[in-house]
Amino acid sequence: MSQRQVLQVFEQYQKARTQFVQMVAELATRPQNIETLQNAGCLLPCRLGSWAGGGRDSASFLQRVFRGEVERATRPDGLGSRGVPTKQMSGVMSLLRPLLLDVVPTIQQTAALALGRLANYNDDLAEAVVKGDILPQLVYSLAEQNRFYKKAAAFVLRAVGKHSPQLAQAIVDCGALDTLVICLEDFDPGVKEAAAWALGYIARHNAELSQAVVDAGAVPLLVLCIQEPEIALKRIAASALSDISKHSPELAQTVVDAGAIAHLAQMILNPDAKLKRQVLSALSQVAKHSVDLAEMVVEAEIFPVVLTCLKDKDEYVKKNASTLIREIAKHTPELSQLIVNAGGVAAVIDCIGSCKGNIRLPGIMMLGYVAAHSENLAMAVIISKGVPQLSVCLSEEPEDHIKAAAAWALGQIGRHTPEHARAVAVTNTLPVLLSLYMSTESSEDLQVKSKKAIKNILQKCTYLPALEPFLYDAPPNILKHVVGQFSKVLPHDSKARRLFVTSGGLKKVQEIKAEPGSLLQEYINSINNCYPEEIVRYYSPGYSDTLLQRVDSYQPLTN
Amino acid sequence: MATLARLQARSTFVANQYYFRNSTVNAFRKKENDASVKIQSWFRGCQVRAYIRYLHRVAVIIQKWWRSYLGRKYYQLVVKVAYYTMKMNLYNAMAVRIQRRWRGYKIRKYCFNYYYLKEYLRAVSQTNDAIREALEEFAEMKEREEKKANLEREEKQRDHQARKMHYLLSTKQIPGIYNSPFRKEPDPWELRLRKAKPLIHRSAEVKQNSESLTNWLECTRARSFPHCEILPPITRKQCQGPFRDINEVLEQRYRPLEPTLRVAEPINQLQLAREELRKEEWVRNVTDQRFLPFSSYNQNKKYVLSLHSSSKYGFDSYGKEHFRSEDPKKWISNKDFQTVLPPFDLFSKYGKLYSKAGQII
Repeated sequence: MSQRQVLQVFEQYQKARTQFVQMVAELATRPQNIETLQNAGCLLPCRLGSWAGGGRDSASFLQRVFRGEVERATRPDGLGSRGVPTKQMSGVMSLLRPLLLDVVPTIQQTAALALGRLANYNDDLAEAVVKGDILPQLVYSLAEQNRFYKKAAAFVLRAVGKHSPQLAQAIVDCGALDTLVICLEDFDPGVKEAAAWALGYIARHNAELSQAVVDAGAVPLLVLCIQEPEIALKRIAASALSDISKHSPELAQTVVDAGAIAHLAQMILNPDAKLKRQVLSALSQVAKHSVDLAEMVVEAEIFPVVLTCLKDKDEYVKKNASTLIREIAKHTPELSQLIVNAGGVAAVIDCIGSCKGNIRLPGIMMLGYVAAHSENLAMAVIISKGVPQLSVCLSEEPEDHIKAAAAWALGQIGRHTPEHARAVAVTNTLPVLLSLYMSTESSEDLQVKSKKAIKNILQKCTYLPALEPFLYDAPPNILKHVVGQFSKVLPHDSKARRLFVTSGGLKKVQEIKAEPGSLLQEYINSINNCYPEEIVRYYSPGYSDTLLQRVDSYQPLTN
Repeated sequence: MATLARLQARSTFVANQYYFRNSTVNAFRKKENDASVKIQSWFRGCQVRAYIRYLHRVAVIIQKWWRSYLGRKYYQLVVKVAYYTMKMNLYNAMAVRIQRRWRGYKIRKYCFNYYYLKEYLRAVSQTNDAIREALEEFAEMKEREEKKANLEREEKQRDHQARKMHYLLSTKQIPGIYNSPFRKEPDPWELRLRKAKPLIHRSAEVKQNSESLTNWLECTRARSFPHCEILPPITRKQCQGPFRDINEVLEQRYRPLEPTLRVAEPINQLQLAREELRKEEWVRNVTDQRFLPFSSYNQNKKYVLSLHSSSKYGFDSYGKEHFRSEDPKKWISNKDFQTVLPPFDLFSKYGKLYSKAGQII
């Protein structure tokens, strides 16, 4: 039976290791435990020799740690394979690290999973993973192990790479990209998903890292992954493509050259909401860089299918769809015309009406871009009933940047011809814009944008009922434009002149003080020239006083 | 001499007269001179005036002729200029007409066709309406689908519930809880229960130990790499990092498993060995009943039910569950007796306090 006993010792050790690693992995799912794990691991000496025979103590030790009975020991020395004492070498990392090389595959996998969860939590732990030289080990064994290990290792790489560009660079430096790309060719969809996720997170940070991912040959494989039947894999692959192509036009061109657009365009019809989010985001990142890329996206026949996404229940699908349409519309008038011809403007306006807050912002900007290109397109926006919707947005949104966008869009619509300006002025948005400009609570950006919008609209506005309120409460720099507009319209229209007098506008104009020789004075003079002198004198300020003075000084003729 | 004398007498008279006459002449000389001068001057004046008149007449004639000459010259110039201006005005007017027509035509045909724009805007608004309708329909369709899916899900859930609760169906003797005799009709759940098929609980499948040898073989061989299907790509770049040569790696990967001694037997070998031993001994045993020690002799007897407390349909609960008769109407207070002292648990240790002699380990 001694053989049995010997074997039993080994069994117990293995059981203890399994239990330890499984418990750590389970505890690492809760954030509050991770702090304790980090501290607990630090207290243990790093010399692994003391653990060789006492395997059964590890589990009970862990229990005692959690009960808080173990006190802080002095700093252990000689940490890590480099022999340099690192400042905060997390002890639990140094415990998990040798378990990565364990003989039993389950322990390896669970150790990797635990490491991944720890690194996922915050970037200090991720840095500790990097500093503890765990990554080369992981990368090396990634090439050889089974699918569970590959999944867990890719999870660790993802968890480390997501925090900051430096950590992602560290991952790239230890050659993980090639192995991850090899994992993308694996047959198990879970492995592919984990690898694609890790690549996506690495590529997210900046253009150099994206370029490194592309150089490793990930893009064609990601395009293949998109065509797989599993929805989760499609999602992750689409998100990775979106992260790669967002940085620069060359990267977007690489993605397009791999034939991604056709597949992404097909997937717009998929009923899964999260997949649609990622696909639309990927297409908009590709389309935003240049006219050619936008044209290629449009050639994939996304219109009018994309418009159905604007009616989706999920808010972010709507937002990403309107972002995509905006990125396409902003490049050239022809693209905007295409969108208008497909009825996109009406769909976007309805979408704006049905959402609130930041979801609306891309739609508002899209209307502004379309209207900015030419006056025909601006007229198309007007007849699609865009202006009432935009003025509703302007008045009821609480956030300043959305209001600024709405003000800008209205300015773009109204600046072309008097017809356009009239269409904007009729909806009573000009007073709202003025109040936003004058209010001290508005941010600087909002003030600048509303001022520009008012100026642009006023320079073309001939709709006098909307201009009259401006005479009363506008600041001098805007008043100049208002009076200028009146001086242009009044000489030609007799009904307008009559209305101007009866509504008290002439009186107000007389009260305006202007320096002689200034533009404002010229405008006032030209207005005064439209009326007979008696009326002008009648309305000039202080006329009643002069009349009374004359009464005082009048001597009745006594014959 | 008389005459001389008369002359001399008269000489003084003559001299006086002479003097007087000369002096009167002198007296009137100035007057006469003046008068003659006046007459002369007047006459001269008339002469000169006549001459000047003549000169004037002549000068006027010359001037008239000269001025008419100048005027004609000037008039010719004016006529020329006016003619020129008239021609230019005509040309300008004609040119304006041409330009007007041409500009209108050009703008209308090539730059901005007002009617085309109107048409275009009308078409755009029509498309917008069509798209809005289509999107509304689409949204409605989605809603309907969702509702249908929800309803179906709920139906399925209720069906499953009914199958699980099949035992609550009412029988002929006992009406079920959904089929109260005081109701006019049975509850809809009752009808559902009638239609449902009873659910069979399948026992949970025995989980295979993941560390067993055969599973591991499956894991490494079949799932990770089904051979003879796809070969590794030829144009693979050299992987960066401490990787071995790819051929070596693949060789090692596809090497058939040579399990070590340690893994030759599963980890719960001890338990399995025990089971085996037990099975072997069971084979060798004559009877299954184990021998009982004499101390538990009385456990062999089968208990005979007393007539008072048992019936065809089971036991009366008196004597087993309660030992008193209860009549709540006769109680003074609302509550029943409460147990204050715990029951003694002599009988809970029934059969357990005694020795384990005779039990097979």
